[in-house]
Amino acid sequence: MEANERAKKLLNVDYGLGGITQTVLESQELGDDLHSESMILNMGPTHPATHGTIRIVVELVGEKIRDAEVEVGYLHRGFEKMCETVDYNQVMPYTDRLNYVSPIINNVGFCLTIEKLLGIRVPKRAEYIRVILSEMSRISDHLTCLGASAMELNAFSVMLYLMQAREYLWELIEEVTGARLTISYCRVGGIKADLTPGFKEKTFEALKGVRKQIALSDKLLSRNRVFMDRVCNVGTMTAEEAISYGFTGPLLRASGVDYDVRKTYPYSSYEDFEFSVPLGTKGDNYDRFCVRLDEMEQSMKIIEQALNNLPDGPIEVDDPHITLPPKDQVYGSIDGMINHFELVMYGVKPPKGDVYSMVEGGNGELGFYVVSDGSGKPYKCHVRAPAFIHMGAMRKMLLGANISDLIPTFGMINMIGGECDR
Amino acid sequence: MLFIAVIHERLVEKFPSHIIKTERSLGDSVVWIPKDGAKGFFSTLKADSELSFDFLVSLTAVDWLDSRETRFELVYHLMSHKTKQRLRVKIDIPEIKPEAESVTSLWSSANFLEREVFDMYGIKFEGHPDLRRILLYDEFEGHPLRKDFPVQGKQPRIQMLHPEVRNTAVDMRRASLVSINPRRASNGG
Repeated sequence: MEANERAKKLLNVDYGLGGITQTVLESQELGDDLHSESMILNMGPTHPATHGTIRIVVELVGEKIRDAEVEVGYLHRGFEKMCETVDYNQVMPYTDRLNYVSPIINNVGFCLTIEKLLGIRVPKRAEYIRVILSEMSRISDHLTCLGASAMELNAFSVMLYLMQAREYLWELIEEVTGARLTISYCRVGGIKADLTPGFKEKTFEALKGVRKQIALSDKLLSRNRVFMDRVCNVGTMTAEEAISYGFTGPLLRASGVDYDVRKTYPYSSYEDFEFSVPLGTKGDNYDRFCVRLDEMEQSMKIIEQALNNLPDGPIEVDDPHITLPPKDQVYGSIDGMINHFELVMYGVKPPKGDVYSMVEGGNGELGFYVVSDGSGKPYKCHVRAPAFIHMGAMRKMLLGANISDLIPTFGMINMIGGECDR
Repeated sequence: MLFIAVIHERLVEKFPSHIIKTERSLGDSVVWIPKDGAKGFFSTLKADSELSFDFLVSLTAVDWLDSRETRFELVYHLMSHKTKQRLRVKIDIPEIKPEAESVTSLWSSANFLEREVFDMYGIKFEGHPDLRRILLYDEFEGHPLRKDFPVQGKQPRIQMLHPEVRNTAVDMRRASLVSINPRRASNGG
């Protein structure tokens, strides 16, 4: 019944002393009518629980969300327009700033797209190093998501434990790439630098620490009554809904759909490693939490396998039109000099055509659609950002929920502003 | 048999006039279809038991400016969770009256994706429930990913936002406003 009609009905009741009125209102309706005016609650764009700039406006009836409006775009920097103005290797720093919690995965995703266009495959050692660092980034992405979500549900120690674990990994990433956040590590046709000496031992040491911190958080949260009451049966998406809304990554797997780009379309030597894909059953926030928790263990398994079987060899393809020649050739031979000059001035020149390629990002399928017109700059570069597509389902997940469910649902989507708004 | 050949075989009988060209490019299957009747084509792709493209991966457009006869090209990427096959569908959109049929009723993810294409290229989608700009604000002039949009330039100044919310589907003017940002105790941060 419309709010207007309900109010009229309520006003038309004859409350005179003459007798009992005949207008019948069910008690439920009466209860609604007493507080029939809905309240609008604005959240964001700068809100501590929206780790990123996003605005959600909800219409509340009591504590229930009747309508919701999600407004994204506050972090829009024109990534796709900027890509059209620089050459292929210069896009790399921009990709760092997409999902800035796991920048290496973005680097790898973009490089693989251009390499597919060029028809090359990087040496095995480079692929393995990309896998090792990608998996580290994936763990750090999940750690950030779980830590921040737990903190918003008042489990502050979990946040500290998980940030400590992330620190172990970021120290390793810093050692190899020279930066912690905006690393620009990959290049078209290879990677910037090889692993540092003693990296394997340090990694095994660090993974011990990460496992310890995760176990601590697991103990604190996974069977915790307060936590479970907030996340169980909240933000539920069935498998059909999740597919229709374009979910990928942990959110889709929490709904029970077995789809992982690393397994379904293996890239960068993922077929060499043994790992399982954790699945949920119900598709609520608790399943999303568990899937992420289990995925970190699988990622650590991949890192260990990759480090144990790390092949020797070059880290870049041997093609002067794609990668810079060694410095002694640049200064010692005319060919080397010309190749170096051409690459720096005009960049890598893939053939004409368009290509779509995807990797498993921290939050789902991260795809790049690149159109090349044969010049040194991309004609078009589109990013299929998982966070943007997941935000499209935010309204659906909120309708009918409590206002307190908004925070865990939003936290488990793990929207990364840089990727969502590009 | 290559997957693109399977698609060709299955679709040509149902839509004899609907497939302009099929191609295998760098390992991807590509289909060109005309603008009219695109939605019917997509719903067949989704409903067909052997193809069952239930997942719209991405949607974007390419602006070819003067280098092609029709200026815009819509690019759909589809995937099937059943067969794990992928398909790229391309539709040419003319510069005059750039419009296409919305596929929101087939895939819910098309809602945000179509709004983004509208925002960036100015291509309108008929039948979209809520076609507004999404990444940019309503007063923004032009469509930035069009090739004739300058990389550097200035936009006109706009008015400050009122406390009453604009640019949202929720009508807010009748209710009081409560804000829980930025320093609410129960945010934990």
